[in-house]
Amino acid sequence: MSSARRISCDECSRADVLRAVAGRGLPSIESGMPAPAGTGLTRRSFVARSLGLALSVYGLGRLQLFDEGIAAAAGATGQASPILVTVFLQGGADSLSLLYPEGDPLYRKLRPRLAVSGGAPFAEDDRLRWHPALGPLAELHGEGKVSVLPAVGYDHPDQSHFTSRHFWEVGATDTGLLTGWMGRYLDAAGSADNPLQGLSLTGSLQPTLATAKVPVAAIDGPDQYDFWVPGVWGEVEQRMLDAIGTLGGAPQSDPASRAVANVTAQADRLRRQLAPFAGDDAIVPTVPYPKTDDSFPTQLQGLAAMVGAGLPLRCVALEAAGEYDTHAGQAAALGPALSTTAASLLAFQRDLEARGCADRVLTLVWSEFGRRARENGSGGTDHGAAGTAFLIGSRAAGRQVGEFPGLAKGLDDEGNMRATSDFRAVYASLLEQWLGFDAARILPGAVKLGRPKLVA
Amino acid sequence: MGLPVYGGSFGVAQAERLLWRAGCGPRQGEAEALVKLGLRAAVHALVHPGPERFVGPAPHDAKGRPLAPGDAWGHDHCWWLDRMVRTSRPLVERMTLVWHDWFATSNDGVGSQRLMLRQNALFRSHALGSFEALLLDVTKDPAMLLWLNGTDNSKDAPNENYAREMMELFTLGAGRGAYTERDVREQARALTGWRNDWKQGRGEYNFRFERGDHDAGTKTVFHKTGRYDWHAACRLCVSHPAHGEFLVRKLWSYFIPTAPDRRTLAGLESIYRHGRQVRPVLQAILMHPELHAGPRMVKPPVVHLAGLLRRIGAGITTTDWAWIGSLSGQQLFYPPNVAGWDDTRWLDTASYRGRWIAVQRILHDRKLDPEKATASPDAHAVLARALAFWKEPPLSDGTRAALLEFARRSLADANGQRWKQRQYPVLLENALRQLIAVSPDLQTA
Repeated sequence: MSSARRISCDECSRADVLRAVAGRGLPSIESGMPAPAGTGLTRRSFVARSLGLALSVYGLGRLQLFDEGIAAAAGATGQASPILVTVFLQGGADSLSLLYPEGDPLYRKLRPRLAVSGGAPFAEDDRLRWHPALGPLAELHGEGKVSVLPAVGYDHPDQSHFTSRHFWEVGATDTGLLTGWMGRYLDAAGSADNPLQGLSLTGSLQPTLATAKVPVAAIDGPDQYDFWVPGVWGEVEQRMLDAIGTLGGAPQSDPASRAVANVTAQADRLRRQLAPFAGDDAIVPTVPYPKTDDSFPTQLQGLAAMVGAGLPLRCVALEAAGEYDTHAGQAAALGPALSTTAASLLAFQRDLEARGCADRVLTLVWSEFGRRARENGSGGTDHGAAGTAFLIGSRAAGRQVGEFPGLAKGLDDEGNMRATSDFRAVYASLLEQWLGFDAARILPGAVKLGRPKLVA
Repeated sequence: MGLPVYGGSFGVAQAERLLWRAGCGPRQGEAEALVKLGLRAAVHALVHPGPERFVGPAPHDAKGRPLAPGDAWGHDHCWWLDRMVRTSRPLVERMTLVWHDWFATSNDGVGSQRLMLRQNALFRSHALGSFEALLLDVTKDPAMLLWLNGTDNSKDAPNENYAREMMELFTLGAGRGAYTERDVREQARALTGWRNDWKQGRGEYNFRFERGDHDAGTKTVFHKTGRYDWHAACRLCVSHPAHGEFLVRKLWSYFIPTAPDRRTLAGLESIYRHGRQVRPVLQAILMHPELHAGPRMVKPPVVHLAGLLRRIGAGITTTDWAWIGSLSGQQLFYPPNVAGWDDTRWLDTASYRGRWIAVQRILHDRKLDPEKATASPDAHAVLARALAFWKEPPLSDGTRAALLEFARRSLADANGQRWKQRQYPVLLENALRQLIAVSPDLQTA
């Protein structure tokens, strides 16, 4: 369930297998033979090194250094287009801990063992306090850069992880929809040759980005997308890399083979786009990020570098640090998970600010549902209904959307919190106010949805 | 009820596909052997395998030491991959993988490779048998009890985790109106009573049923009322009228990418209803015309890799396969969540690179040295040699044309320079081996 990568191999080192190391696997050189050493590699690492400098010094505007593929794609979408990032808290994060209702008389009754304490007050509602681990978000909220949705959900909430998550991913309470809501936006507004427009940084494609037409990408990190083969170098290697694209374009009569060909073509294009990031020193953050085994802060760090470099990103999906399906041992699990997540998000915001591109990025933090108001007997909580979401960014309106419904009247027949805002209305506002796109073309029933003010 | 049976020709191509779907691909000569048997006998042999034999040398790490699957990180993955590669009972391993995905338990939540291996043995022993017996054993399996909080669920403190997933993911399916939120709560009560102990240094142990922790009161589940316990909870699920269709549809989906038609569905359900046995349902699926004449299927990453190793008769000589599995989107014993891997989403740009690295790792130990090898500078000949390395997999015209174009261009680059003329064919052969193994043709079957 966790996105942490546990890598501990004592064998041929991971770096050796993943990357061609200069000088390795090269033939002995006979006289008169031009140095074959990594035709692409040398240039690539050169560019990468320049880019590291470019990122920290210049931020935007060094596109001429890049691979022609990036330049073309960036030109197609325009570099100043807004970017929407989503961060998924997997498992159903407990709203009554994230912003806990210390001022609600029922809170300690329902949560005798799990009631949180010691957090800072939430300035917009004196019943609520921030979980102590969410201090970094409270700080940003104080600067007007966080909109809080204390009870977001939908009517007739489904308590299955997979069904509820699916609803949020497709942007409708429809189990049959196969494309993600951001995927449909990209199908309508994106381009046919830019996989970076929809980028999943979790190492596999987030369903929220699933498109029907245009390419999207999944990577672990921007500095890790290269392809090499033992005993292949020089001109042959360049030809081989080109052949990946040719294979991706080769006609295939069968749907499954075509699907493999399509992803091959996307991998080829993405490799060209990310070539400047290959190498160990290509990404230089402007601020420190949390040091942890979890890959979330590193992913955000890479993302900030990509935004800063003007890569043609539009929609990005990540999973937060930690795991939120806290059926047992909730108190011990939640603190570290929230702490890493919030500290990483703060670092990301500061990094974007230092790079001068914080105005281009909004980040929606969401979970598939909140949890049952009454704690269970395992020191945990079972699946609930309305959850908490945050919208973070310099351009976020910074005002609460919907209010905390209270524990006396705000629970449904099953003891779960009722929603006071609808996730589909949030999407409609993001599409229109942030991405500048008619929500009716993306979201079923968009006409009837509200449009909370989300963007300043 | 008669189910359709494939009646077309059963040659090497059909036998290869059968071995991919019902196992991890053919070893040399296996497809030919199945062709000799004919379809019916071939399927019969797959669903009634003899005692397990392992073909080839035992697995080891890069330093030649035996694997420690219960203890060392990643060795669990490699240990199972080795069974897939060397087994003489391919369908048993493939079904073990199916059950691992069906009752998806992750060591991320269990925290004990030994308990995960114990669960793996359970899946293997029930691979082709009674689903009801499997469900009962899974329900009290220690890894599952930890994963879905079974031992946290007690009379005074019910925990719904297992009750919900048992119905949603294991037996009935969500969104079909088969159960209500109330059924979830009542089933959770029925499932109370499992306990275990924990000790520093020993971890979780002593899994047992404690009568005192079980809620012995009456429960109402699916409109029936009784003093249900965990046995009853399982039986209520498998005797639910919506269970049969759920099971056969889901089982079918692991072997055939298109949905079964109504007649097939009814036929499979009626086979299953008779004793809730998996073997006869599998037998019918494996002989179905949709499997043999229908569209191709994307291989799961671990199957793709195991099949490449089987093809060239290679064994496990490194534990790199664990992290490479993770990059490819399938690290065994670590499914992404309790719903298992999403078989409709094996392919994305990250997992494509993971598969590339898997092939690269195979070739790492087998690369041709341009100083030593002698190769003729002819595109067709180099491609033929690269195909021979993989034991002559068939290629589509589109793939073959793309590879030949690459070969011709690379050889043309050498034009006039003697060292290039000598070395480029070798570099090209190394590259072609890689491209063949990641081509659409070898990632699907």
